[in-house]
Amino acid sequence: MLKIIQMTVNGQPVELAVDDREALLDTLRDRLGLTSVKRGCEVGECGACTVLIDGKAIDSCLYLTMWAQGRSILTVEGLRRNDGTLDPVQQAFIDECAVQCGFCTPGLILTALSLVMSGKAYTRDELKTKISGHLCRCTGYENILNAVEHALKVHS
Amino acid sequence: MFDIQRFTAASDAADAVRLLREDPDAVLIAGGTDVLIRIREGKLPDAHLVSIHGLPELTGVRRTPDGTIVIGPATPFAVLAADPIIQTCLPFLGEAVSRVGGPQTREAGTVGGNLVNGATSADSAPSLCALNAQLVLRSADGTRTVPITAFYTGPGRTVRRRDELLTEIRILPEDYAGFAGETVKYGKRAAMEIATLGCAVMVRLSDDKRTVRALRLAYGVAAPTPIRCPQAEAAAVGKPVSTALADEIAHAVLDEVNPRSSWRASREFRLQLIEELTRRAFRAAVIRAGGAI
Repeated sequence: MLKIIQMTVNGQPVELAVDDREALLDTLRDRLGLTSVKRGCEVGECGACTVLIDGKAIDSCLYLTMWAQGRSILTVEGLRRNDGTLDPVQQAFIDECAVQCGFCTPGLILTALSLVMSGKAYTRDELKTKISGHLCRCTGYENILNAVEHALKVHS
Repeated sequence: MFDIQRFTAASDAADAVRLLREDPDAVLIAGGTDVLIRIREGKLPDAHLVSIHGLPELTGVRRTPDGTIVIGPATPFAVLAADPIIQTCLPFLGEAVSRVGGPQTREAGTVGGNLVNGATSADSAPSLCALNAQLVLRSADGTRTVPITAFYTGPGRTVRRRDELLTEIRILPEDYAGFAGETVKYGKRAAMEIATLGCAVMVRLSDDKRTVRALRLAYGVAAPTPIRCPQAEAAAVGKPVSTALADEIAHAVLDEVNPRSSWRASREFRLQLIEELTRRAFRAAVIRAGGAI
């Protein structure tokens, strides 16, 4: 059944009719064209569909759009500045060569951003735990950890 | 798109139990990390869902004036682990739920869902069994309280009726005050893993920290349901803390567990894990309680 929901997506208020069977992943990709949100395992194991919901990293494949009523959603598209410059977290991933095929990258950038926004400091071991909900099948974890550390350092 | 035939968001707990009563096919959904996967796998065709996702009434942790800790069942694992009451009074429970899946799963999945799905591998179950958690079940007929030790009836099965809502997980003061606890999860990797074996040990020591006053031993995946080992617990009371006692307890529990062979691990390996993890968790709990071993 179609239902009207209101949410904020990448800083913009959005009101749209969605099917109440939809995952947030479906709504973001298919209705709003936000294809940085990747469709991966669809069972909450790979983290490719991660978005920030009210600042928390959540797998959008296991999140019903109906639950997003009134909430604020952030995807990588929302990080782009008007003048085209990248967010420091994105820049850190480039500087540390943390992108190979790129499929896991949007999700990892959002988890990294949530860590930056937490304002806390993390050891490398803690960061390994914090990114453990993301699978990189190019196995580029070392550079990804370097990028997350870099982003946290730039921010502090 | 999920195979959902009807989706209704409950406005509060009373609304949820009314919706469950009205629709005999209705199934509860909270965090969604189990139910949506079951739907995805075709195990819940044409689902009728009653959503209690994020209901404030069922979320959060509080302490009553008599010291009872009340955990809202719709509290996500990450929120539970970060809660100051949990960190102060039940740190081992927070540690145990920090081993569920990965970070994103822990932001969504809930402690109540972890219990009502009836899984013996639930990461919160050994701790909550050791804590004698009291589960408050509410239906349109009223409420009843079931101790977690009488909650499970078989793999994936509990005494909860389909139209009952778990509204509170209560930990009484006599079940945590003076105790120190430790949990161990054994899996082949540190994240995104179902427990091969889970173990929780709680111990209360004498004032001089040399003697066991009370012991709680609880396991996941050591039987078709999460279990306690009451005989081994009772046998340790009054005995001096020592490595010999750790060995004695580790051997004693083997008479009360009944693990199975699965693709994850054989019965024999699980028995070995139970013995060794009991030893390690007991030692760690004793040290946390201020003892030496």
